[in-house]
Order: sequence, then C-alpha cells, then structure tokens
Amino acid sequence: MNDRKDREGKGKRAPRKYLLLRLWTYLSRYRLLLFAGAAFMLLSNILSLLGPKLSGKAIDAIGIKKGGVDFERVLYYVSLMAVFYLLSAVFSYILSLLTIQLTRNVIYQMRKDVFESLLGLPVSFFDKYQTGDIISVVSYDVDTVNQSLAGDFLQILQSVITVVFSLVMMLTIAPAMVLIFAVTIPASVLMTRFVTSRSRPLYRVRSKKLGELNGFVEEMLGGQKTTRAYGREREVIDAFDGKNGTAVDANTKAEYYGTLSGPSVNFMNNISLALISIFGSLLYLYGKIGLGDVSSFVQYSRKFSGPINETANIIGELQSAFAAAERVFRLIDELPEAPDAQKAAVLTEVYGDVLFEKVNFSYEPGQPILSDFDLRAHSGWQIAIVGPTGAGKTTVINLLMRFYDAQSGAIFLDGQNIYGIRRESLRGAFSMVLQDTWLFQGTVFENLVYGNESIPMEKVVEAAKAAEIHSYIMSLPKGYDTVLSDNGVHISKGQKQLLTIARAMLSDAHMLIMDEATSNVDTRTEMQIQTAMRKLMENKTCFVIAHRLSTIRNADMILVVKGGRIIERGTHEQLLERKGFYYELYEAQFEHKS
Amino acid sequence: MGTKIMKGLLKYIKPYGFYMLLTLCLKFIAALMDLLIPSVLARIIDEIVPLRDIRLIFTWGGVMILCAIVSVTTNVTANRMAEVSAGGMTRSIRHDLFSRITYLGAGQLDDFTIPSVVSRLTSDTYNVNRMLSRMQRIGVRGPILLIGGIVITMTMDPKLTLVLVASLPFILLIVAVITGKSVKIYERQQSVLDDMVRVIRENITGVRVIRALSKTGYERERFDRVNETLAETERRAGSVSAASNPATTLVLNLGLTMVILVGALLVQKGESGPGTIIAFLSYFTIILNAMLGITRIFIMFSKGLASAKRITEVLEAPEDMEILPYEEENGKNPSSGEEYHVEFRNVSFSYLHRKNNLTNISFSLKKGEVLGIIGPTGSGKSTIVNLLLRFYDAGEGEILINGRDIRTIPLTDLRQKFGVVFQNDYLMAESIEKNIDYFRGLSGKEIGKAAEMALAKEFISGKEGEMGADVAVRGNNLSGGQKQRIMIARALAGEPEILILDDASSALDYRTDALFRKALGEHFPDTTILMIAQRISSLQGADHILLLEDGECIGYGTHEELLAGSKFYRQIYDLQMGGGLTQ
Repeated sequence: MNDRKDREGKGKRAPRKYLLLRLWTYLSRYRLLLFAGAAFMLLSNILSLLGPKLSGKAIDAIGIKKGGVDFERVLYYVSLMAVFYLLSAVFSYILSLLTIQLTRNVIYQMRKDVFESLLGLPVSFFDKYQTGDIISVVSYDVDTVNQSLAGDFLQILQSVITVVFSLVMMLTIAPAMVLIFAVTIPASVLMTRFVTSRSRPLYRVRSKKLGELNGFVEEMLGGQKTTRAYGREREVIDAFDGKNGTAVDANTKAEYYGTLSGPSVNFMNNISLALISIFGSLLYLYGKIGLGDVSSFVQYSRKFSGPINETANIIGELQSAFAAAERVFRLIDELPEAPDAQKAAVLTEVYGDVLFEKVNFSYEPGQPILSDFDLRAHSGWQIAIVGPTGAGKTTVINLLMRFYDAQSGAIFLDGQNIYGIRRESLRGAFSMVLQDTWLFQGTVFENLVYGNESIPMEKVVEAAKAAEIHSYIMSLPKGYDTVLSDNGVHISKGQKQLLTIARAMLSDAHMLIMDEATSNVDTRTEMQIQTAMRKLMENKTCFVIAHRLSTIRNADMILVVKGGRIIERGTHEQLLERKGFYYELYEAQFEHKS
Repeated sequence: MGTKIMKGLLKYIKPYGFYMLLTLCLKFIAALMDLLIPSVLARIIDEIVPLRDIRLIFTWGGVMILCAIVSVTTNVTANRMAEVSAGGMTRSIRHDLFSRITYLGAGQLDDFTIPSVVSRLTSDTYNVNRMLSRMQRIGVRGPILLIGGIVITMTMDPKLTLVLVASLPFILLIVAVITGKSVKIYERQQSVLDDMVRVIRENITGVRVIRALSKTGYERERFDRVNETLAETERRAGSVSAASNPATTLVLNLGLTMVILVGALLVQKGESGPGTIIAFLSYFTIILNAMLGITRIFIMFSKGLASAKRITEVLEAPEDMEILPYEEENGKNPSSGEEYHVEFRNVSFSYLHRKNNLTNISFSLKKGEVLGIIGPTGSGKSTIVNLLLRFYDAGEGEILINGRDIRTIPLTDLRQKFGVVFQNDYLMAESIEKNIDYFRGLSGKEIGKAAEMALAKEFISGKEGEMGADVAVRGNNLSGGQKQRIMIARALAGEPEILILDDASSALDYRTDALFRKALGEHFPDTTILMIAQRISSLQGADHILLLEDGECIGYGTHEELLAGSKFYRQIYDLQMGGGLTQ
C-alpha cells in the first residue's frame, strides 16, 4: 500500500524469514497435496535420472569397434529407458496438476484473507487509500506471490533431489572429477546472492509503482467525464505518462538484475563442462575410466547444473514474490476496527433512545469537528440536523454508527453505552440512506432486497411504488430483473436515491438515518413519497440531515449545528420565532440572483 | 483474430526493430557458443584423445572456456536489451491505451466498465510486457538452439538426425492444440478477474452502506463466489498448459532412445562412432531444453495474446464523435442570426434507442443569460448537459453555439468554452489547489479568485496548509457542501464562456447558495449559465426557466411567467415556499 504521507514504520520491510514462515503457513494447510506432490516428483525424477545411466550402459554395449555391438543388451537398456521416460512423463503431469491445485487453493485462501481484512477495516482506511492501489494488492500482488510460490517450492525440492542424486551418481563414476564442482558451485551461489541482493529492493519498488499507477488510473477514469468537459485529456495523459514511465522503469530495472542470474549460472555450467572434458580426457588417457563413463558423467553434470540453474532463476523470481507478499501481508495485517469488548452486548430489542454526552471528536488532531456535543433523541422522534456545510452534521452519523470513535464523551443507545455493544448489532439497528447512493452490479431486485432474498416480490414492488420508482423500473428492458451496471442503463442520481429509499423501506431496522437522502430528488416527487416516508419513519428514531428545509419542518426537534456545537434547538415554529440562525437560513430560500 | 492482433502489436515492435534485431544477433551468437561447446567436447573425445596429446586437450579445453565467456557476455547484454525494448513497448502500449480510454465516448466507457478498463491497463499490459521480454529472451534462443542443434547433428550424422527430426511434428501438434485452447481460457480468466475487481471496488466505495446494513456476511459470500470461479478458471487454464511440458519431454526422450537404437545399428556397420552418439545425446539435452523453452513461450504467448486481444478491443473502439465539416455560409443562418449564444432546436434524444429521454427541446440564450432547468427526477435535465457538451449526439434537431452546429466544432475547442460541475462530479486525492486547477496550469491568483467566488475561501483558509491541504480519496475528508464549493471553484477558475451547474449547489445551505448566486451575477455578467436545480429559490432569478417532465418541455419562461402559467411549477413553488407539506 502506498500511503501518501508515508506513516512511520510503514516503510519497514519484513525480514525474509518471517515472510517465508508466513508463506509456509499457507502452504502447510495443504500438507497432503504437498506430500503427494513431493512423492510424484521423487518418482518422476528418479525415473528420468536413471536415463543417462541407462544410456551410458547402452553405449558401453555398443562399444567402440565396428561390428562389436551387443544388440541384446542395447535393446534391453533402450526399452528400459522408454518405459522409464513414459512413467516419468505421466508422473510429472500428475505432479503439475497437483501443483496447480495447490497453487489455486493458496491463491484462493490468500485473496479470501485479504478480502476478510478489508471487511474488518475501519471506514477511515478507505478514506485514506486509493481504491486502485488496494485492488492492485488483491489482483496483481496476490497473483505475483502465487505465480511462483507453490511451484517453486516443489521445484526447489526437486532440484535438491536431482542434485543429490546426480552427485551420488557422479561420485560412483569418478570421484576426482567431482572436485571441479567445488569451484564452480560456490561461484554460482555467490553470483546468485549478488543478484538477489540487488533485485529484491527493486522488485519492491516495482510492486509499489504498479499500485500507484493503478490508483491513478482508477481515480482518473472515475473523473473521465470531468476531464473531457475541461478538455484536459492531454494533461491527464501527460500525468499518466509520468506514472507509467516510473512503473515501467521500475519493472525494467528489477528485471535487469533478474536476467543476470540465468546466463551467469549457465556460464558456470559451461566452465564445468570444459573442465570435465579436459580432466575426463586425461583420466581416460591414464586408463582410470571408460568412455561410457565420460558420457554419463557429462550428462549427469548437465543434470546436475540444470537444477542449480533453475534454482538460481527461482530465487530471482522469489524476490518479486517476496516483494509482493510484503504488500499482501501488510494489507492483511492492517489494524481492523478495534475488536468489540469481550462482554459486548447484542441488542435484542431496540427502542431507539439516543443520547450524546459531551462528545468531542476530530478527524485530524487540532481540528475539532465536534466539541462537547450533547444530544438527546427520544424513541420514535424525528431529529433533524441542519447547519452550514462542514459544521459536523455527517460526523454525528459517523460517530453514531461507529464508523469513527469519539475521542471523549459517550454515546448511549437505550441507556447502554454504544462502545459496549457489538458493532454488527449496533449497525444492524439502523437503516441508512445516504446522499452518495450506492448500488452494486446486480438486478434491480437484488439491489432492493440487498442480501435478503426471502423478501417476496410483492413487498418489493410495494416499496418501489411507495418510493415512486416503480414506473421507472418497469420502463427498464427487463423490469426488476434488469441488471444495474455502469453500462446501458442510464439512471439519474435522483432515481438512485429513490432506489436506496425503497431499499431502506424493505429493511426492518428500528432506527433510520437519512443524510441528504433526497437532495437530488425533486420536490414534487419528494412530496409524493412523503406518505411513504412518514410510514417509513413511523415508530422509528430518525436522524435526518437535509438542506432543504421543507424536508424537515415536521421534525420533532431541529438541531442547528454550527462549529461543532448545537447553537439552537427546537421545533420549526419555535426556531422561526427565535429569529436566530435558523431563521436566517430559512429566509435565505427567498433570496435569488439579482 | 490472431493475425489482426499481431498486426496491432507489430506497430509497437517496429520502432524497436533494429534494436531487437541487434538483441537477436547477440542471442544468436550466445546460442551458437552454447552449441559449439558440446561439439568441441565431441572433438576432444573422438579426435584429440586418440592422439594422446595433452597440450592439444588443454588448448581445446581453453576454446571451450572462451566460448563460455563469449556466451555469458552476449547473453547478459541481450537479456538487458530485451528488457529495455519490452519496457519501451509496454510504455507506448499503455500510453496509447490510456489515451484512447481518455478519449472514449461516455457510452463506450460505460460499455467497457471501469474495472475492466483498469485491469486492461495494468494486468493485461503486464502480461503483454512479459510476453514481449520473454519472447526475446527465450523465444530467440529456443529456435536457434533447436535449428542449430539440428544443423550440427546433421553434419555429424544425417541419419541419426532424421530420427530426431521425426519427433518434431508430434511436438508441434501438441503445442498447437494446447496454445489454441489456452488463449480462450486465459481470455476468460482475465474477464473473471474483472469481475473480482468489480466486487472489491464496490466494497470499497460502498463501505459505509455495507457496514450500516450489516451486510458484510453477504458481501463475503459474494466475493467468495467470484473468488472461487476465478480460482477454478485459473486451475483449468493451468491444467491445459501443464500438459505441454511432460508431453514434449516424453516425445523427445523417446526420440533419444531411438537415436541410441539406430546409433547401435550404425556403429555395427561402422558408419558412426560412439563419440558421435555421446555428443548426440548432449545435443539432445540442448534440443530438449530448447523445445521446452519453446513450449513455455507458447504458453506465455497464448496468455499474452489473450491480453493483447483485450487491449486491441479498446484501442480499436471506433471514434464515437465525428466532426462534421463546417461551411461558413451554412453557419450564418440569417433567420436565427448569431445573436444567440447557446441554442437548442427541436432536440430529441434516447440513450437506449427505446424510449425518448428528451423530446423536441428548444431554447435559445443570449450571451450572459441564465437558463434554469427544473423538473422531476429522471426528466432529462442532465441529459441536456450531456448533449450540450457532446458526450452524446442528439438524435434529432441541432444544438448551436454562436450559431454554429456543435457537431462542426472540434471537441477540444467546443469543451474549452465550458466550466462544468456535474451532478456526480469527483475530486482527486490531491491538494485543494490542484483540484481547482485541474491540470490547467492556472496561476495561484486565478485559483484564489475562483475559490473566493465559490465562497470556498473561508473554509479553505481554516485548513492546515490552506490551498495545499490534501483532499482525501473521493473527497471523504470534506463535507458535501465543501466538496461542491471546490468543484464550483474549478468550474469558475477558467473564466468560462458558458457555465454549467448540474445540481451543483444541492449540498449548500440556503444562505451560502444565495450568496453564491449573488457573486455569480456580479462577477460573471457575460457568462452564459445553465443551472439545474431542485430548489426554485436557486432558479427564480434566471432569465429563462425550462420546466421538464419525462423529457418534454412543459413550461418555458421567467419565474413570474411560469408561476402564472404553469400549474405544475406553481405546485412545486408552493411546496418549497410554504405550507405545501404541512397541509
């Protein structure tokens, strides 16, 4: 995640051991699969590793002289080889399937964990991070981790087996020649180390930059219409080019070192081969080994160096996986909302009596939004909150719903401190209609019942009719089964608000919050839905924030909030009589551009 | 399909043609060296050893080492060059893609959907990048090693080589079948990925509602479903491509056993030596690895191709707005004259071509006049804005600015005239100043003045860092009214010819709204204004008011005229100004 203000400690990198352990916990959940994979790998490899030995035997059987071929033995070894290779291929395919199964299980689990973390994060988290950046973690980073993870694990295991096996075989052939590897292997290891130490920080930068690019794209596409209206396409593209440039450069730079490992280890192999041929020839000259032995040795040395080469590549690739894993784990580890207190209560019956007592709150230290805020809402009351923009009206809601927690003071629901109530239970007591309407891709019906599919269609239609949105729905291509997505269906903001009002009508919560719920609905429609709204509010404690004073004049109590305090309270008539701030606001309706 | 996409890719490859050719040459040299090494080995065993000349053995050993050094240097250089060119190509592909997306028509972007477009820009271009770099790194090496290996073995022993070559058609068949299948699956995989991204996005943007309605459980299930589908699709894609490796290895290894068998026959006849067979086996390993490399390339290629296809879809989206030729004479229509600044003539329009969203709308505004638009939810108010800015083209009728059909005005020139606040406008997670400036490079003075006009100055100066204060993602650290005032400042900052305010003051309290309208009248007398609002108080000072219902004009005139002439208008007015609701 890319915190724009880079909080302290955020940039700290996790030690590799910790990362490995953490990754292992994912793999270890599928021990059985891992074990089966290892078994098949062992089989497949031993079978294919016997190949060179057999081919060496076959060559020995061919011999060096014309006409001296022992066909029986050649045929024997060759048919053995064919069988072994066939079995090896079958096992290796099974192994691949197991690996894929394993990888997909892990990736599925990892995405699930990340999403689970998102579900538990405080709302403030989403106000802070770019949507695109978060998405980049779930899609790109998780993918990068898993591109190699499970496969690499088995691959390294396989490499170890191959190396050990080849080594043993080579030792049986010509122990002296094995000494060559005493030089070339440490050199390969050093080379790989150098490469990884250089590439890992670069892969980290790559993941970060890609996240930033994603964040930028996501944000700018959300405002594409604005960009076009202002004719700023060129400038936005230029800004994109800047981000794109750094992302591509970061990628190239990381890969730049990544590409070193393959050729350099290959180099070491070639050197080994040269040394082997020199010393092998010498040994043959002195009659220490046979020609077939030289052949087998050369093949084993290739088998031997293959895995080392592969491991070097994998270690390179793992660097990018580690860098991505850091971002994934950081998101999983983001502090969730403080857990509910152990003895936190579950609300069984809600009367809807709300009390704010000397509540102080600020989003940023030193900039108080609410100070010593008091509020009493009796059960079934309709409380309207008015006041200039930025006065803290929505903040009251944020605190009541526990999207944010107050710094001091207390809030009570039915005499019970809300900090002692389970969040889920508390929030479940409210239904909510916000100015920023939220619909998801799904049918109109799904959006209206939102998760509660048991609501019968008649009730849904009834609510839609009450919210004056039924005839619009019926004008859609498939009525209630029309999929609401970005494309095709044009739905105005006012219509979206009506849909969310219908959704709230279908919820049976005991308290209702309406934050500028009808700001984009015209007055006439608003009036038409009044009856329904009143029915909706009946017997419920309602908090209504609205600028349009016609919306709230029937409220049981109007609170005028200014500068984080309630400066006036009373009914519409009382407040008008007082000729204070509310009166001014009310009168302002009648001024206009002169 | 494939060839068309390849053609599209070729455009990006071309500028790097020479560079890539050089990479290819270096790769060629490196591969040649790798091929030479075993043949030197064969020479040592078959020719040098029988001579029993130790010095010669060392000399040829030295040749091998030299080859190894040349190989590593050229390889490393070529790999790096491959990364550089792949990076460069990715950069231009992304650039073009983003540009195309930026210029996409509103309807087109809607059709692609934002999550899909975002993943095309990032994940798909990344796949293509991988394809481009790996193709150069392994893709060149593989075929060269393969062909080189075959050529060298051919010179060593044509008969044995034929045995080897005989196995190649089988491998080709395997690769062709697998690639064909993979492209489709990978394409599907990317589209399921879009779905997953969409769910995450919805969860982020709707976090408040989801928490408020306690629907985290439901959302968890929703994500789980798409997550499962994605894992399943990925598993299927993986299973298909996983077959290529063992199958190729098997075919080649069987070929190898055949070589030994045939070799035995040849040695028996004295037509070949065991050294040749040993070298042959060595080459076989090289060829096998080359073949495995090639199949891996094909897998990567099919993944890249699937992504390239998704990218091309966007790049080749048709230009949605055509600029009509403008003839001076046509524009000067004497009857209407140029006295009107903005004019709608009998405009009708439908988004889905089913039911009209606007029907026969006409109005004309002189410079500096204010048009108020009011009407029920969904009556077509914002549609008028969409048409005026030419996000969509009117189905019937024409829209004129200064007497010129807007379809004849280049889009940039057209939109330059406007300052707009949309109903669903957005703020960037940047400083307030940058949000007002919006990439226009305005001076601090202009921005300050605009903020003042928009009555945003006061709350901005209360912020830490003032103009430089950060706006949170989606403006979440600002109240609705503060957001709107920044947007209004943005619209005013360019001193626009025409100002469009689509429900731009809905979150402002009445007082601020009234003050703002007053400032507008005083400081922008020459700006023609289209103002959509729900409150009559916001519109009653307008020169004309357009009353809309179901896309039709049901009243047009001044506030007084409408009050007198329209029952509908009168009703709204009563509702807002007095007793209506109390009844």
